[in-house]
Amino acid sequence: MSAGTLVVGSGQAALQLAVSLREFGDTEPITLVGAEAHSPYQRPPLSKAFLHGTTEAASLALRTPDFYTQQRITLVSGERVTRLEDGIAATDGGRTLRYQRLALAVGVRPRRLPVPGTDLSGVHYLRDLGDAERLRERLTAGRRVVVVGGGFIGLEVAAAATAHGCAVTVVEAADRLLARAVAPAISEFYRHAHLSRGVDVRTGVSVVAIHGHPSSGQDNSARNKAPNSVREIELGDGSRLPADVVLIGIGAEPRLELARQLGLRCQGGIEVDRFARTSRPEIVAAGDCTLCPEPLSGQGLVRIESVQNAQAQARAAAASLAGRLEPHAGVPWFWSDQGDLKLQIAGLSHPGDLHVVRGSMAEERFSVLHYRAGRLVAADSVNQAADHLAVRAALARGVDLPAELAADAARPLKHLLLDRRSA
Amino acid sequence: MPKITYVSVDGAEHAIDATSGDSVMATAVRNGVPGIIGECGGNASCATCHVWVRREFSDLVGAPGDLEEDLLDLGVSERRATSRLSCQIQVSPALDGLVVDIPPEQP
Repeated sequence: MSAGTLVVGSGQAALQLAVSLREFGDTEPITLVGAEAHSPYQRPPLSKAFLHGTTEAASLALRTPDFYTQQRITLVSGERVTRLEDGIAATDGGRTLRYQRLALAVGVRPRRLPVPGTDLSGVHYLRDLGDAERLRERLTAGRRVVVVGGGFIGLEVAAAATAHGCAVTVVEAADRLLARAVAPAISEFYRHAHLSRGVDVRTGVSVVAIHGHPSSGQDNSARNKAPNSVREIELGDGSRLPADVVLIGIGAEPRLELARQLGLRCQGGIEVDRFARTSRPEIVAAGDCTLCPEPLSGQGLVRIESVQNAQAQARAAAASLAGRLEPHAGVPWFWSDQGDLKLQIAGLSHPGDLHVVRGSMAEERFSVLHYRAGRLVAADSVNQAADHLAVRAALARGVDLPAELAADAARPLKHLLLDRRSA
Repeated sequence: MPKITYVSVDGAEHAIDATSGDSVMATAVRNGVPGIIGECGGNASCATCHVWVRREFSDLVGAPGDLEEDLLDLGVSERRATSRLSCQIQVSPALDGLVVDIPPEQP
């Protein structure tokens, strides 16, 4: 028997890679090595249902323990692979593992905020279950929470913290929320929506420092305070925000150390082709850590952080390892639950796209459709799953939904789609 | 424990001892039942957990909600009278013995 396949990572992409390999009939050993102590689990609920307290850790598991036994998938948990060379992997736990074939599903780490004070107690990042557990403990009624970063994670945390009775302020350096992900109209909608739910939103202002309480022992008056816990945030405009809890959500960076060791091409992500093959094509990579051709057009290189992409790419990666070429295609899609607001995004938008709004922002049910060179390319939908689904179907089938027709909210996009298809 | 049986296109039966409160989707995915994907984790967002509920159970399971209606309408390859998204069916003692068929493809 060969040494089999080593999958570095134990997230959604890593698991899907292993599962797909078995589905493709691979019978050789498969080992997943992940730094976290848990077997593979769902990450998206960490900033949503888990933080709200409506989901517990046990229900996040992606597979039962029996599944791994039955499928002969070995999990090595709580150890990070630190060295890869000539078919041998070394972990920080002192273990060495032999492999015949290699897949990287190493994921991302939260981007660190480069200001003083981020090491104070009460300052959090959110990426894994441990982070979410620590943060959730702190979100109790009356606490003052400052969220640094108005992206998906930040706004989801803001919604959850508000639901727990915290007083929440979101600070975003860009001039609008969700700037990298959605159309300006959606950004403005979310600003209003969060303000009306009691969240203070500050855009166009950066954080310059986080200040703590003085250490106990140096100052008697501070004896009752927790040592070195966060006290306030200093902003670029000179203002200060008192804070008991700080959550920093300013994006994520791919883990590239192993790819660099292997000499793989990486420029802000591990470069892969449509078949999830790296610049050393015998090595595949999948998930948030990759930089891949835009799935629908095959053009350009994008890094996509989503479950859908992780799974589709992992299937393509497994196919490549199994010697069958099946491109990673499909319509990218994303979702974000912020309290009662369900945002769904289909396709990849660009800054220069033209926008058409359908539905009612006031009623919090609408979509913004993105057009490029006269064709529908993406849609951001709020509490409007029917639009989202119709756009996904249109993009998948290569059907255009013309702007002048799609703007009529009285006309379901579904009908438009079916009319166009038969035309 | 309520038992749920998933039937693949080739007739293979996967009988699973489910936990009340879990969804029929999560039960399938966690136990590795092929053909049920659950990409969105049970968020009623993706329609990749489509099943056909056997007729004798359809009243017990009930009809889809509005959001699920839209997903079924557009998201699935072959909608039938008893089509449901299995993430929206919660396992309970009353559903012991439930049988669902897995369609040949998920979107």
